[in-house]
Amino acid sequence: MTKVDTALPTIHDLRATLSARKAAAVPAAQSCFERIDAEDKTIHAYLALDREGALKRAAEIDAAAANRESLPALAGVPIGIKDVLAQQGLPATAGSKILEGYRPPYTATAVRKLADAGAVLLGKLNCDEFAMGSSNENSAYGPVRNPRATDRVPGGSSGGSAAAVAAGMAVATLGTDTGGSIRQPASFCGVVGVLPTYGRVSRYGLIAFASSLDRIGPFAANVRDAATVLGVIAGHDPLDATSSSEPVPDYTANIDAGVKGLRLGVPAEYFAEGLDPEVRSAIESSIEQLRAAGAEIKPISLPHTRYAVPTYYVIATAEASANLARFDGVRYGYRAPDSNSLSAMYRRSREGGFGPEVKRRIMLGTYVLSAGYYDAYYKKAQQVRRLLANDFLSAFKEVDAILTPTAPTPAFKLGEKVDDPMSMYLADIYTVTASLAGICGISVPSGQSREGLPIGMQIVGKHFDETTIFRVGQAVEKLHTQ
Amino acid sequence: MSDSHIQTQRVTGDDVKRVAELAYLELSAEEETRMQRDLNAILDYVAQLNELDTSSIEPMAQVSDVLGNASSSLRPDTPVPSLPRDAVMACAPETDGSFFKVPKVIER
Repeated sequence: MTKVDTALPTIHDLRATLSARKAAAVPAAQSCFERIDAEDKTIHAYLALDREGALKRAAEIDAAAANRESLPALAGVPIGIKDVLAQQGLPATAGSKILEGYRPPYTATAVRKLADAGAVLLGKLNCDEFAMGSSNENSAYGPVRNPRATDRVPGGSSGGSAAAVAAGMAVATLGTDTGGSIRQPASFCGVVGVLPTYGRVSRYGLIAFASSLDRIGPFAANVRDAATVLGVIAGHDPLDATSSSEPVPDYTANIDAGVKGLRLGVPAEYFAEGLDPEVRSAIESSIEQLRAAGAEIKPISLPHTRYAVPTYYVIATAEASANLARFDGVRYGYRAPDSNSLSAMYRRSREGGFGPEVKRRIMLGTYVLSAGYYDAYYKKAQQVRRLLANDFLSAFKEVDAILTPTAPTPAFKLGEKVDDPMSMYLADIYTVTASLAGICGISVPSGQSREGLPIGMQIVGKHFDETTIFRVGQAVEKLHTQ
Repeated sequence: MSDSHIQTQRVTGDDVKRVAELAYLELSAEEETRMQRDLNAILDYVAQLNELDTSSIEPMAQVSDVLGNASSSLRPDTPVPSLPRDAVMACAPETDGSFFKVPKVIER
């Protein structure tokens, strides 16, 4: 069992040290690299490191602080980036062989905003290939191990992003979430992970999986740090037409307001068959404590919940089959050698470059979009998607946020589900709903199993109401850290 | 939805070959067999969507479809510089410096 208590400062503490004109950025970055050197042979969270760039940037921040210069919001905060996001100068593999060696000539908007806010960018984090997976076992560069129990998966697809925070190899990280890929690994690794509202964070520079579902969001060791990072990366971007002009509030301003007077919904469908008894009791106990803290707990129903996973796998794979058509061996990435025609080169490059799960999803997506099946599968799934979204819109007339388990079980063992795609897909059963509806969510540590495995509570909020889920998340965190 | 004989026939081996061709994937015989099994298992599960009558439901293609205010907007049509050509070409497997090079396009 790897030690998980990290010596890293919170963003708030780091800022306080810098404001006192003491060096904080270099020591924080050095602690991260020390942990990486000590642990990452086992954990395998990072695919690429920028030691030199990070330490240089950290030294600049410490010097600016010593000179009493004004400090941007994330000055000196060591942050790792999921390898599906472009950061100029570093590789971007998306966990795939087809992008081995690719170094994008531009930077994703979310990553640029972190850099502009003074963050110290440490490197690129391992993930399931093209963010397709729930265990991080689909990375072409090898799996990530859960720092809390190294025979267990960290969850996926942002497994490296969750594990890096859990193991003290970054103060915060960016991940992406299409059907649960931030919230589920946050739950498995015992850290905080945020799914912002669709359109809240620009997707420019994200290697696309399913464009109507993909979102970028932060991981951190605590709710306040996660809220601080989201405040930096959120906002409209002319380079992403789906990014919203909705104003970005200060997510930390009201974070300590507590849950008194809030109406919190508990959907029966998320506590049904298939939920691990230890997860159930951990979440139910936290809900009771929120009630004791003054929240009004209301039973609600989200009647179409059981249709969410099949709906998701039709829509996500259909969009993926279109998005991944761009990987053809022409402009970037892997090209199969010695092909005697263009079409043979396309086929052989894709066959050699993509892993089994990516091929499975391209095939499923191509099938459901193909002539004769479009209405039966794709259009049908889009119709059910609206029913799922309407479930939430109705529920939010009566409640301010919704409480559920993040995942049906704690972290499972490596290899346990790898040969059974359906059982792997069911690991997303409580997270795909918010993805399809476009609403926001957060996973916050909420107890652990008898074996000491973390259990996460998911708090789901209205479109663009991250403020409320941070406030509830902060209250849940307090239940477990006092 | 419950006749397993019909369900296992949902995707045939020929379907797998046809879809692989559409997707520009060259699957091995072993991959084809496995793909047929996996696609059938997943589509059997997806078939439960047919329990729902959706005849009067508008498809939802984008999240903005359920937000009253369409949150997306078009930006002004102002030309801005693209990425430098040499930076883009540097990512490509084969170029002549100005263009991407590919194997012959027209097959006889």
